[in-house]
Amino acid sequence: MTGLRSTKPVTGASLGYDWSELVQEDRVHRLIYADPQIFAAEMSNIFGGIWVYIAHESEIPNANDFVTRRLGQRPMIVLRDSAGKLRALFNRCTHRGTTLTRAEKGNAKSFSCPYHGWNFLNTGQLRGVPWADGYACDFRDSTYNVAQAPRVESYRGFIFVTLNEKMPPLRDWLGGITKPIDEWLDRNPGGKVKVCEANRFKFKGNWKLAYDNSSDGYHVIYSHRSLIETEARFQDGPKGMSYYKNSPDSLDMYVKYTGNGHHFKDKRPNLEKRPGGLWAIESVHPGMEHVEEKFRRLYGARADSLLDLAGSEPVNINIFPNLSLLGNHIQVFEPVSVNETNAVWYGTMIEDETGELGEAVQDINALRMRTQEQFPNFGEVDDLANFEQIQRGLDCLEDEWVYMHRGLGIAGRIKHHPDGSITGPATDEVFMREYIAQWRRLMECDPDLTVTREIAP
Amino acid sequence: MTSLTRDPSRSSYYVTDEFYSDLIAAFTDWQGDDRAVSDLGERDLFRRLIEREARLLDQVNYEAWLQLYLPECIYWAPSTPNAGDPRREIAVMFDDRRRLEDRIFRLRTGYAWSQAPQSRTVRLVTNVETFAGKSAQERMVRANFQINEFWDGEMRLLAGWSGYRYVLSGGEWLIAAKQINLIECDRSLRNPSIIL
Ligand code: FES
Ligand SMILES: [Fe+2]
Repeated sequence: MTGLRSTKPVTGASLGYDWSELVQEDRVHRLIYADPQIFAAEMSNIFGGIWVYIAHESEIPNANDFVTRRLGQRPMIVLRDSAGKLRALFNRCTHRGTTLTRAEKGNAKSFSCPYHGWNFLNTGQLRGVPWADGYACDFRDSTYNVAQAPRVESYRGFIFVTLNEKMPPLRDWLGGITKPIDEWLDRNPGGKVKVCEANRFKFKGNWKLAYDNSSDGYHVIYSHRSLIETEARFQDGPKGMSYYKNSPDSLDMYVKYTGNGHHFKDKRPNLEKRPGGLWAIESVHPGMEHVEEKFRRLYGARADSLLDLAGSEPVNINIFPNLSLLGNHIQVFEPVSVNETNAVWYGTMIEDETGELGEAVQDINALRMRTQEQFPNFGEVDDLANFEQIQRGLDCLEDEWVYMHRGLGIAGRIKHHPDGSITGPATDEVFMREYIAQWRRLMECDPDLTVTREIAP
Repeated sequence: MTSLTRDPSRSSYYVTDEFYSDLIAAFTDWQGDDRAVSDLGERDLFRRLIEREARLLDQVNYEAWLQLYLPECIYWAPSTPNAGDPRREIAVMFDDRRRLEDRIFRLRTGYAWSQAPQSRTVRLVTNVETFAGKSAQERMVRANFQINEFWDGEMRLLAGWSGYRYVLSGGEWLIAAKQINLIECDRSLRNPSIIL
């Protein structure tokens, strides 16, 4: 030890916290949401140290397509290179650090730095610099190639990256959560979805407040009361959120923790098991009666299953730390600072490659846009306002604890299954306790994060 | 006309594929000098309507505000600067009559936490320009807006321009469609819960 400060990024292990004090069985300390140092460590231990969702393949379908995203706070270019390989480049020129592109998306074989004009292939390889004869160094040295994530893997279109070479393969890391992901995809023709813009939000609160909420069945009846009352204003039968009205824990829906921070709220068992069962609880949306009438006229008995494709799948599939599949949305949490987060609700549509839906796909997708706009507009805004108020409440320094003990200690309430998964009733906070225990294990580590650079051919 | 037998406040039969196509056509390439209406009296007429709309929203008088719209209307805030096809692109908002009434109903429940406390707003509407519509019974109007919003102790600004499709109905100019183009429409918005 020299006694000098380390220039390495902060990790959880370097903070000197007793993590078992911060994360207890029934509660967590306010600091996990409010301490800028813990947030800084999360950018290594979590957003970099494990597999993190970064983009969907349908956003970069063609060779040389790219989108710009962030991995934690690192600006990234996620792209498909000319050979079709998925890459996640740091959006950072190796000369003096300028971002290589400011575009949200595009198609480019190479990127020219706007500052001094260094030019890079989209493989990260440095192609040339202006007036190279002014340099003594050898530019074929990989040092000057753009840094990129050493590992990029896709699970059925969902692209994840990590800077941690020691991470197991993505498929293994996802584990049991792949089953609901598969089911979520396979209900669509071709087992695919295509991203089509988003409802984009930000809130002044820590990112974990959103992840805590992602399988929370306890808040629905209160936080979403305005939406539930709105859905009931015509008294035309129960709608999607009405499950939570009376005794939700006695229903067949459940919450399931599948390991590695991933969890799943499954409301499908509440549905009538028939084509049209999903459509039957769908709220009201622009164009719905027209499409329903048209489909019943044109397609007869097949109309129900077609209408189900426009309906919102009643699941919340949460992949730690930042991805949530719910309804038909791909929601992504983007940490901005210790007390600011983006919550981006990407819409999805059906791409009917084999033409099995015929012309119906146009109406299904149009209606699907409208079903997806409802919850962000009439539900999410209220949750986000409540997350902001939690963050404000956390400023009460002497009142240190945030509880997540609903369901804890009640005999027979929580079930441990042979596959390692854990289930509980719909309003249980067991998923929160389990994921935050995983968060704690990850934060205790001192992960070794690396980047790679292309080697000159 | 089926629309008279099917109340658009209760059911949505009018948002058809043809309706979308017509809407998109109306909002494509409409702001050109070749279509500008030079009559300043007409410009004043629409400016008055738009200023009144802004006042009604600032006063949170949603019921009177809704009267400015045709029964079969669209209130549309695209999520991209060039407003793509709403059949294939999620919008920030895309409300038909019933969903607009849902929006108002929700804000009136007393449980819309995103509007507790309720925002106070002062809207500026300016740069009103009038353009020819498809027929003499139709006008397209552009106005820039700035919404100054005070919410929960903080000030913020929402800026953009709106395109209006006005239709002459029963001797009155009513809004058939309003397209609200926030200049930050493709970025994360904080608490977008007021009516724009
Ligand atoms: S910073 Fe990129 S070329 Fe100089
Ligand atoms: Fe919620």
